[in-house]
Amino acid sequence: MADKLASVADAVAALVRDGDSLVIGACLEAAIPFAAVHEIIRQGRRGLNAIAPISDAATDMLIGAGCVERVTGAWVGNVSGGLAHNYRRAAEQGLPHPIAIEDHSNFSLAMALMAGANGLPYVPVRSLLGSDILKTNRRLIRADDPFSPGKPVILVPACKPDVAILPVQRSDRDGNCHFWGSLVLVQEAALAAERVILLADEIVDTSVIVSDPNRILFPSFRVSAVCPARAGCHPSSLTGVWRRDTPFFVEYHTRSRDREGFLSWLREWVFDVEGHEAYLDKLGDRLERLRITGWAPPEPVNFAAV
Amino acid sequence: MGYSPREMMIIAASREIRDGEVVFVGMRLPLAAFGVAARTHAPNAIGLFENGLARFAPAVEPFDTMSDPPNIHGAAWATGMVQIMGRLHAGQVDVGFIGGAEVDRHGNVNTSYVGDPARPRVKLPGSGGAADIAATCGRLLVIMDHEPKRLVERVDFVTSPGWLDGGESRSAAGLDRGGVAAIITNLAILRPMGPDHGMGLASIHPGVSRQQAIDATGWPLAVAPDAGETPPPTEAELAALRAIDPEGFWR
Repeated sequence: MADKLASVADAVAALVRDGDSLVIGACLEAAIPFAAVHEIIRQGRRGLNAIAPISDAATDMLIGAGCVERVTGAWVGNVSGGLAHNYRRAAEQGLPHPIAIEDHSNFSLAMALMAGANGLPYVPVRSLLGSDILKTNRRLIRADDPFSPGKPVILVPACKPDVAILPVQRSDRDGNCHFWGSLVLVQEAALAAERVILLADEIVDTSVIVSDPNRILFPSFRVSAVCPARAGCHPSSLTGVWRRDTPFFVEYHTRSRDREGFLSWLREWVFDVEGHEAYLDKLGDRLERLRITGWAPPEPVNFAAV
Repeated sequence: MGYSPREMMIIAASREIRDGEVVFVGMRLPLAAFGVAARTHAPNAIGLFENGLARFAPAVEPFDTMSDPPNIHGAAWATGMVQIMGRLHAGQVDVGFIGGAEVDRHGNVNTSYVGDPARPRVKLPGSGGAADIAATCGRLLVIMDHEPKRLVERVDFVTSPGWLDGGESRSAAGLDRGGVAAIITNLAILRPMGPDHGMGLASIHPGVSRQQAIDATGWPLAVAPDAGETPPPTEAELAALRAIDPEGFWR
């Protein structure tokens, strides 16, 4: 079994390249890998294609920091604040530079990643018929359904990201891991991406993971690096471990309203912070107050062989 | 008991949900309406969330987003987006419930672009799951504040299809079910009228004049012959809403 442990900084340096298409979290408002987002900004990656159904403020930060050339997504905003200011500035004024937007709905993006994960060239759907999303995303093609003559379908091409960065509650050193809660597109993203980086809130022994194989969403042979990163998802939540830091999102929203304010936020929370450990130190007591202290384990199930 | 126009809106919306229905629920106003329905006349309704959750009733602990731990604890299903959006696509969802930035005469909703998409005046966040909900659920309910700049003659961009251009245009586009059943606002309830499916005034909330609703609508608002007053909230409905809104956010 391989040892894939790496720091967030080393994993980003080795596995995220300029021009990559990148899934930055696949779990809507939860489990967004902010620690890796900050590192990508520090290391100055450029020309990224940011893929996510919804990645809350993470996509907005990458856009504002100039890392993004294309957004492939269903929703880009700040769930606790409203519209995403950097996204708006890029789309409306070309600041800090123009971006291409590949509009999707949740279902079309889900189908694209599912196709990418399973070697399907495309998936025909009926959702998006009648939507102007077909006018702005020319890769979604209207065709006749060969099995129901006269009925149209939309062909959604497969999405095969270069990299998926995914927070998980626990992993062993090889990338055998557990993720639970709402699963959104975590499984599809991990199975579709060329390289997978895990931000593991806790490193555990392999025996913990294989004791519950149904909670494994993808096999370790899909994983390139395992980064021990307690609260690597802050300020987003992680089921059973961290609550959402809503005031943090609100503060980001307020300060990013103008470009100057965003850049000062970026200095304070990204550039003037050496790495993830220093970020956690800066959060101080605030982080502990977000820890889930309740305990609601499921009833055990039996996997005995005989 | 006194109540606010927004409480009236949420309670009117909750009445659109029938007992036993499978309901696709958006955050905030739709979630509040589902919560009232589940606690009053529709205890057997089940709510689906686009992040892969199903619930029999909203969580009791406060939460800000549908992915927060309280919404997951005690869920009736915690799965992925393929499986949950697939229920919609397979025609297994009775009602979809969304909010809207901008809606038009035929119930089309825009949450993508104001102005030309190539150089938008405002870039809105996008579809999320709304385009899928509008295309494939059995009945679409739209809940939003009633303002002329938000209820417009024609949206700049159809993110989520309603009756499209009216008449048979929705089925001609290949959508063989669904369509907007109601727009529920803080002033009134609008429903599709006649073969054109243009949204007209079906019911006016207590204390609101017909003219007020007409003035707050960006298209010439037809009035249904049987348009009457929305029944005011009952004690039970208000109690249900306040149980899930102890801070009085919607008051």
